[in-house]
Amino acid sequence: MNKDSVGTVDTQYLHFAEPPHELVLESGKALGPVTLGYETYGRLNRERSNGILVCHALSGDAHAAGFHTGEDSPGWWDNMIGPGKAFDTERFFVICSNVIAGCKGSTGPSSINPRTGKPYALDFPMVTVGDMVKAQARLIDFLGIENLLCVVGGSMGGMQVLQWAASYPERVRAAIPIATALKHSPQQIAFNEVIRQSIMVDPAWRMGGYYDQGQPRNGLAIARMIGHITFMSDQSMEQKFSRRLRNGNYGFKFATDFEVEGYLRYRGDSFVKRFDANSYLYITKAIDYFDLSDGRLIPEGKRTSTRFLVISFQSDWLYPSYQSQEIVRQLKKRQVEATYCELRSAYGHDAFLVDVEEQTMLIRHFLESTYSGNGGRYEGDLRWKSGRTTG
Amino acid sequence: MEERPDHRVIEGIVEPGSRVLDLGCGKGELLLLLSQGKNARIQGIELNPKAVQECVKGGLSVFQSDIESGLSEYPDQSFDYVILNQSMQEVKNVDYLLQEALRVGGRVIVGFPNFAHFKARAMLFLGGRAPITEALPHRWHDTPNVRFLSIRDFEAFCRHKGLRIVRTVYLGAHGTVVCLPNVLARNAIFVLTK
Repeated sequence: MNKDSVGTVDTQYLHFAEPPHELVLESGKALGPVTLGYETYGRLNRERSNGILVCHALSGDAHAAGFHTGEDSPGWWDNMIGPGKAFDTERFFVICSNVIAGCKGSTGPSSINPRTGKPYALDFPMVTVGDMVKAQARLIDFLGIENLLCVVGGSMGGMQVLQWAASYPERVRAAIPIATALKHSPQQIAFNEVIRQSIMVDPAWRMGGYYDQGQPRNGLAIARMIGHITFMSDQSMEQKFSRRLRNGNYGFKFATDFEVEGYLRYRGDSFVKRFDANSYLYITKAIDYFDLSDGRLIPEGKRTSTRFLVISFQSDWLYPSYQSQEIVRQLKKRQVEATYCELRSAYGHDAFLVDVEEQTMLIRHFLESTYSGNGGRYEGDLRWKSGRTTG
Repeated sequence: MEERPDHRVIEGIVEPGSRVLDLGCGKGELLLLLSQGKNARIQGIELNPKAVQECVKGGLSVFQSDIESGLSEYPDQSFDYVILNQSMQEVKNVDYLLQEALRVGGRVIVGFPNFAHFKARAMLFLGGRAPITEALPHRWHDTPNVRFLSIRDFEAFCRHKGLRIVRTVYLGAHGTVVCLPNVLARNAIFVLTK
């Protein structure tokens, strides 16, 4: 095992919201009991000031770094989390939890509904990004952390970051939303709807009640194939596959001719083994409902002491840079000290997961200046004075 | 890092604890000076992504953006000073930019190379070539500058637009210039207000 790895890790579980103290959701429905799967790396310092919450994207989970016993591949952001990495576990206490409605240890549609003794399926209440964050806040309370040094994440993880900054501004010293948006555009909603429909038209979906018979394999695989196309860029697909053929010649059949076809099918099939179809439906819907535009990120008249580092990637057409720039516009309106950088990368939306060199440099220095209190002057006067002019 | 006299002048102008926006902040040398020396609350705007990354290394807050579209979201009087040091001459819509800068900032500090410096005059008048001087180091085909102005040009512009000149500092080869600035100054720094 490399010395820059956090090593062997286990997912842990927090149980809360036992009835009658259920988690009240944005829809008005109640959910309880709730389990959150989470992992932590590094140590919380005595002042409890070095906690960093990492938020995962649509199909991610709590396993962000290190290795589970007996597994060869590390957590999904292992290139960013570990000794000496962007989120240096020698200095910081890094937390990652699976979102509610997920299927990797947190309560979701595949969990057992205590009222029926069977999986919730479509009886699971609709959740929002706000609800996900509300549940995460319970975990942060449980870990004894009042203020997080940083909340960070890409894509849907970035939405959670923005939601944290909106819901708990006093608990977040630094926010790093990456490759994300204040709200989903009609194009993004459209992709998610095609993804959902491909699952729901599969007869094996059975109105969500497939748990005895097994996943709607075909629909879920197609859903994931669509997703993967949106995560890559024209350029990265050209580099990775070009028009290369699997067997050297056209088969003149509807079999897999091109490598890109084989790749998508492989990705689709392997997704079926690891992700619950209903969770995919619920989470894509939560992403579509997300909307912190029109001043909801920081309401008018409110100030925030949260520092922001906003990152987008040039070739990301799923969450284009203009959406990150819209976040920046909201921050300017509220006179929030912030940094925005559009990084060059050919990897499209996936860049925040795979093309991490410049991202690492930005985050390391941004965290350093926040932690030491220099760049942000966090320890001093937190708010910019308003109304003071010299002219 | 080589100390820049224009940075020292601007540092001398900005009061401690001021809120400062630097438009076209480059690698953030001036902002670092103001942040450390004047405890200023700083924000930079810079188009070059490599320069933005250098700023982040220094712990500075910088938006990657062109400066012309960088101001409109800021509420009125968000800053005590808006700085346009060696960047105004690279902008097309100078009039709009200065109006916007004076909307979001109480005072605007403008620093620009003087096109009427005697060396530039000599190159054009005697040599018949587009001037290349210490303050105007680029060739005609690779200069980022799109506006070429003298100190007298800018004074006339401010008069015409009703901008009040609070202070001027002229820099030559050996420090500040007092006599004949439009001939002897390489660079000019103007402090403007409405």
